[in-house]
Amino acid sequence: MNLLSVSKLNAYYGDFQALFDVDFHAHPGEVIAIIGANGAGKSTFLNAIAGNVTGRGNSITFAEEAISGLRSWQIVSRGIALVPEGRRLFSSLTVEENLLMGAYANTKDAWPLTHIYETFPQLKLKAKQSALSLSGGEQQMVAIGRALISNPLLLMCDELSLGLAPMVVHDIYETLTTVRERGVTLIIVEQNVRQALAFADRVYCFQEGRVSLTGRAGELKPEDVSRAYFGLAGAA
Amino acid sequence: MNGWIDSILQGVMLGAIYALFAAGLSLVFGVMRLVNVAHGDFIVLSAFIALWLQRITGFSSPFLTLILLVPLMFLVGYVLQRVILNPAFGADILRPVLITFGLSVIIQNGLLQGFSADSQKLHGGKLEVASIALPGGLAIGVLPLLTLGVSAAMIGLLQWMLYRTKLGRALRATSADLSTAGLMGVNTSHLFAMAAGIAMVTVAVAGVFTGIRASFDAVSGPDWLIFAFEAVIIGGLGSLWGTLAGGLILGMAQTTGARFSPGWQLLSGHLVFLAILILCPRGLFPRRTE
Repeated sequence: MNLLSVSKLNAYYGDFQALFDVDFHAHPGEVIAIIGANGAGKSTFLNAIAGNVTGRGNSITFAEEAISGLRSWQIVSRGIALVPEGRRLFSSLTVEENLLMGAYANTKDAWPLTHIYETFPQLKLKAKQSALSLSGGEQQMVAIGRALISNPLLLMCDELSLGLAPMVVHDIYETLTTVRERGVTLIIVEQNVRQALAFADRVYCFQEGRVSLTGRAGELKPEDVSRAYFGLAGAA
Repeated sequence: MNGWIDSILQGVMLGAIYALFAAGLSLVFGVMRLVNVAHGDFIVLSAFIALWLQRITGFSSPFLTLILLVPLMFLVGYVLQRVILNPAFGADILRPVLITFGLSVIIQNGLLQGFSADSQKLHGGKLEVASIALPGGLAIGVLPLLTLGVSAAMIGLLQWMLYRTKLGRALRATSADLSTAGLMGVNTSHLFAMAAGIAMVTVAVAGVFTGIRASFDAVSGPDWLIFAFEAVIIGGLGSLWGTLAGGLILGMAQTTGARFSPGWQLLSGHLVFLAILILCPRGLFPRRTE
């Protein structure tokens, strides 16, 4: 049984088509990595699921409910949270206020703040500071905390490691491991292919708005991955 | 010497009205980056509705009309934002401004049609002439004092709403990043409409207090709008306490100017406004972030 299933998703920015007939599914508790070059449509795909980009057709089903066509604010309360690319913290809010914004929609099932502070102890010390006064890694923790506090069934992370030091990336993936152990389904968009293959159960590779390769992380051959990623050698 | 103290005192009282004018304007600008050109006309509209309500209900005091006027104006603000202004938001920031300009014309002409061009006034009864004697032969009117209290309380309430409530947090988040606020589950159309509704509550209160203090007619709105603008800009865009301070500074500038010559009242207000604009282009208390 699939938690999320997407069939023949097409998404557009104005007249520009960013996704072509994307098929995708995720089982409950599964960790999926999406890899691909810049502009392959990875972020668009996450944003289409989150309702920020409207896809065409009735093609996205989550927990046996059609969610295509819903607005982003209606989708959160169904249990989907997105950590957007570039973190997108609210600049005029404190760390704590940013975290609380994540609980805006799901007040009943939301995690208590103390849970988030147990997961990210250093945030507690900086709770009253402006979110933008934090280091990049701490800001990423706020962004993840803000998504986790809504107690999602599906957590989508867009380019978590972008611009962060390797040590910080390591810490963040440690945290994601505890999230995964809780049974949360994860979709991770990751530039670092090695990181993605090591962390995920299954991988989708996007190329120019299409799924170019998919399979279990351990079973993919490196040459297939690089062909699917760059779209070069295998043309013939 | 007493004359000067009196001028400043009266200026504070006058400024309280301007702060009341400006509170809603400041809120709407702070949250939505929308300049509502029809703001003054909505204040005049509120005063006329209060007049009409008093006529049909027989309320002895115009303050009682607020019971009906406040929810009515909230609704007007909410519906207007949701149905007309929200869809106009987008890449072009001029579009919603032009719509409020159109609303201004519609309200003025509607009022002319409905209430004629005659000058009107709300009658506050004994309260209007009551005053408290101060040492040195000075006196403060009870109504202006009440206005000052209400004005400060209103700004305090708005501030509390923005910084201490879930609604306010969501308003600030939406103002900072609309699409990310949507990801948090915020229905931003509803939220903007709430902000517009709350702004209209301040408009309703401003309409009643101003209508008691001064006479008004169908086209008074633009004059009042200028004072509201000046108060907001003196105080710094997006800062509510700044708006209160801006209103008071403008009021004091006008009354002290009037001591030199009655004709200088408006001019000296505008001059102080210009001077502040030149010396601190972002106003006296600009918002810290951004």
